[in-house]
Amino acid sequence: MVKRGAMYLLLLVVALFCTWPILWQFITSLKPEAELISLPPVLPNKPTISHYQSVLLESSFIAALKNSFLVAIFTTLISLAFGGLAAFALAKLNLIGSSLFLAAILSISMFPPIATISPLYVLVNSFGLRDTVLALVGLYSTFSLPLSVWILTSFFKSVPDELLQAARVDGCSTFQIFYKIMLPVCMPGLIATTILVFIFSWNEFLLALTFSVTEASRTVPVAIALFPGLHEVPWGEISAASIVVTAPIGLLVFMFQRKIVAGLTAGSVKG
Amino acid sequence: MKRFGLKYLYLLPAMLVLMLVTIYPLVHVVALSLHRKLLIFDISRFVGFANFEFMLGDSRFWTALGNTAYFTLVSVALELAIGLGIALLLNRSFKGRGLMRSVVLLPWAIPTVVSAKMWEWIYNADYGVLNYLLNIDINWLGSPAWALNAAVLMDVWKTTPFVAILLLAALQDIPDDLYRAARVDGAGTLKILQRITLPMILPMIWVVVIFRTLDAFRVFDAVYVLTGGGPAGSSETLSIYAYNLLFQTLQFGYGSAVALSVFICVGLITLVLIRAMRRSEW
Repeated sequence: MVKRGAMYLLLLVVALFCTWPILWQFITSLKPEAELISLPPVLPNKPTISHYQSVLLESSFIAALKNSFLVAIFTTLISLAFGGLAAFALAKLNLIGSSLFLAAILSISMFPPIATISPLYVLVNSFGLRDTVLALVGLYSTFSLPLSVWILTSFFKSVPDELLQAARVDGCSTFQIFYKIMLPVCMPGLIATTILVFIFSWNEFLLALTFSVTEASRTVPVAIALFPGLHEVPWGEISAASIVVTAPIGLLVFMFQRKIVAGLTAGSVKG
Repeated sequence: MKRFGLKYLYLLPAMLVLMLVTIYPLVHVVALSLHRKLLIFDISRFVGFANFEFMLGDSRFWTALGNTAYFTLVSVALELAIGLGIALLLNRSFKGRGLMRSVVLLPWAIPTVVSAKMWEWIYNADYGVLNYLLNIDINWLGSPAWALNAAVLMDVWKTTPFVAILLLAALQDIPDDLYRAARVDGAGTLKILQRITLPMILPMIWVVVIFRTLDAFRVFDAVYVLTGGGPAGSSETLSIYAYNLLFQTLQFGYGSAVALSVFICVGLITLVLIRAMRRSEW
């Protein structure tokens, strides 16, 4: 009994360790300006939603939210489409050198993005795509491609070959096997990949900072990093903005915890 | 023959974009690093290895390399130790495991920029809650002695969950029979950990170490947003130095050389770690 008590106590410690900075940010976001610059009180005496109002009325922040959603959604679509096709071939079509290809893709995913940022800058400029959402979608789709290919290959491999042979006997073409059998059967894998790619592109900073110059393509992480402060740092608004940005991700984590873990482990086990 | 070629078409879209956005730039960055290229003056001249020679004598480069190595070593070591502890705890049976896993995933899932901003506020020298809770007065981000450690601490908070979740997955794959057999043989908790648990999850430990080391070595956003590399370059990592060269002073040649050095370091580290992994036995 004592042992179980100790275990739950430790679990509580771990839970607090993981959440307290977020909780503190939430508390900060509710504090009126005057209470931000004094401690104690730890909890706000007069909680206010004024920081949320000013952040959500700020047109540049709304624009950034819109850009982030656009980039994340299109990145996810392209990364899954390209990654899914490649993973299908690698997992089920007996390609010569498929394990070599997978190894190459894995090592590409280990590239430090900083290493190629200067040529990418030249490349994006030469296409005239600087400061566009399109440039970010293109770059993110590629940078997340190894992740998609890797996870989906491991999910596709787990589908029994007999199923595919049966479909072949029924007259399915290879491509029909892909979208009529593989995709529905591997729905959990697709969901896991979708979430991981979405999170990657929602959170990415280095490329976004480099390629988004104005509101036209600025995503939320860049907006938060460069939060405008006329006089001093507007901590109340930064916290409110942080909570707004964290909310969709938090929702995903609580809804799809199992899928995320499955995706993460599928992506790493074969390494 | 026709079918043979068609199979490879499935790889084509992925191959094309990877060529354009990763392989080609990798070749181009090597070329850039051999040039003296200043964007503002529109200067571009082939200089051979001059940038690399300059780099070897550049004390700011060595400081950044040292900072990056320190950051990587300390944060990965702490993440592995704490992550293993959390994984062992979560592997026990208790009510609300799913909820607990979600809670543990939260720090990993939130944007790095957001976590950097959160911690910047926590570390704030005047109104920060950390000084208040510890009842001390440390200028975490403003003193060269603390800034890099503050960044390490933040990274440990943010990334330990990832380590814990992967190790937990490996722990759950260990068959219960092994534990039962060991207990029948009279093995104690510590002995079981040493003889069964750790050897069984060793492959995953290596995966985690390699993933995390490579990821930590290229650290950019966490430190860039938290400290900006300061004060006085005391927390500047290689990626930040390269970024500043490229996009603040627009030295595309030298900046590319430093950026390439990150790639070379990551490659060397990978080789060393994979060799070590192949030779390791519990």
